[in-house]
Amino acid sequence: MEKNTTDKILTGDVRAAARLMRGIEDNLPQAVEELRHLYEHTGKAYIIGITGAPGVGKSTLVDTLITSFRKRKFKIGVVAVDPTSPFTGGALLGDRIRMGRHATDKDVFIRSLASRGWAGGLARATLSVIHVLDAMGKDIIMVEAVGSGQGEVDISQVADTTLVVLSPGMGDEIQMMKAGILEAADIFVINKADKEGAESLKVQVEQMLDIIPQNKDKWKPIVILTQAVNEKGIEEIVKTVLKHKRYLVSSGEIKHRRGERARLELVEAIEHFLRLHVNELIDDDNFQSIAAALAQRKIDPYSAAEQVLNRTIISKKLRKSVKKN
Amino acid sequence: MAKERKLRILLGKPGLDGHDRGVKVVARGFRDAGFEVIYTGLHQTPEQIVNAAVQEDVDLVGLSSLSGAHLHLFSEVVKQLKERGCGDMKVIAGGIIPAEDIPTLKKMGVKKVFLPGTPIREIVDWVKKNVKPL
Repeated sequence: MEKNTTDKILTGDVRAAARLMRGIEDNLPQAVEELRHLYEHTGKAYIIGITGAPGVGKSTLVDTLITSFRKRKFKIGVVAVDPTSPFTGGALLGDRIRMGRHATDKDVFIRSLASRGWAGGLARATLSVIHVLDAMGKDIIMVEAVGSGQGEVDISQVADTTLVVLSPGMGDEIQMMKAGILEAADIFVINKADKEGAESLKVQVEQMLDIIPQNKDKWKPIVILTQAVNEKGIEEIVKTVLKHKRYLVSSGEIKHRRGERARLELVEAIEHFLRLHVNELIDDDNFQSIAAALAQRKIDPYSAAEQVLNRTIISKKLRKSVKKN
Repeated sequence: MAKERKLRILLGKPGLDGHDRGVKVVARGFRDAGFEVIYTGLHQTPEQIVNAAVQEDVDLVGLSSLSGAHLHLFSEVVKQLKERGCGDMKVIAGGIIPAEDIPTLKKMGVKKVFLPGTPIREIVDWVKKNVKPL
């Protein structure tokens, strides 16, 4: 894929963008190559993370947010991540069912990703897929993923504004105790607010937020009640997101957050090359014979690993594979 | 040990079918076979299905119809896929389809039609044999 794939994506070519996203997911070298060209054209989109337990209504919420943002003429990208089955390696990606009414809007691009074993609710390819949507000219990119208790922390590293979605009666009080979730959310959304327990859940969240010492110059998370299915509370979310955006920009905090994201991305890129190298190492007879010796207890795992890695070879090969890729 | 690429499959129900029990069984079967399945729900137009297929970069589109409009709707999907540069995506079909319509569907570009009662195993095996990541 040469420069003209970049040009296609910059002009919004859906097929070219979708093909690149697939290449990223499948770790094809030409996709990595293409991302090198594309990267300088990214950084304009505003990223909103939406996370929460399965069944709280994230996809329905995203659907109504799309409608609301479209009224304001924003172009939208959606990345919907669902878990890969650890037993079968397959996945049911059903989030876009709830967004069906936007399926023919040219300015809405919805992409489903399977987590493919990536811990924490996201997929390894998520950031890169966001870059493609960004380069296509999307103004707002929403990333939807199931929270796993620790997953919310990951999504908040990827997003500018993070929404944590709760729903009454789902044992969320326990969820909230889990590390990171209170700090991760910029906005708490209590969906299905017509259900019993919604008001008391709101109070609980607000009380928990009060316990955390708040710096009065920093953003204080807001709790909003919604009924996504009836489109209630959605305008309030949109206004709060835009308010949060203004705060991030005026306080300079957006630079800090995006700096964090860049660090994350650099680590991932380094790990990408290391993974390629590991794949090469475990592909040959040398590895097989060492593994056989390990199975026969002739050597311990760590000495075996050192033998496979053999330090001088790793730095030579690593330099070669970085050049090649 | 290069990792095998995963197959991405879109299952769509064009038209006015009232229920989707069958296609959901197929979806679960595909997931259990290690495929990534995007299901777009009931009451889809060919345009909605094709748009999703392009955005999701799937290798295979599976269409299900119970209400008899399969000849028109399936040909629309095949036609629009070609128009969007996705002629390489394979299309298969299932549902309530009279056996005598199968040759017509095949001529339109539907690679295989699976009639009700086909064991999921058989559909999965066909996909594994005939569909490769694009």
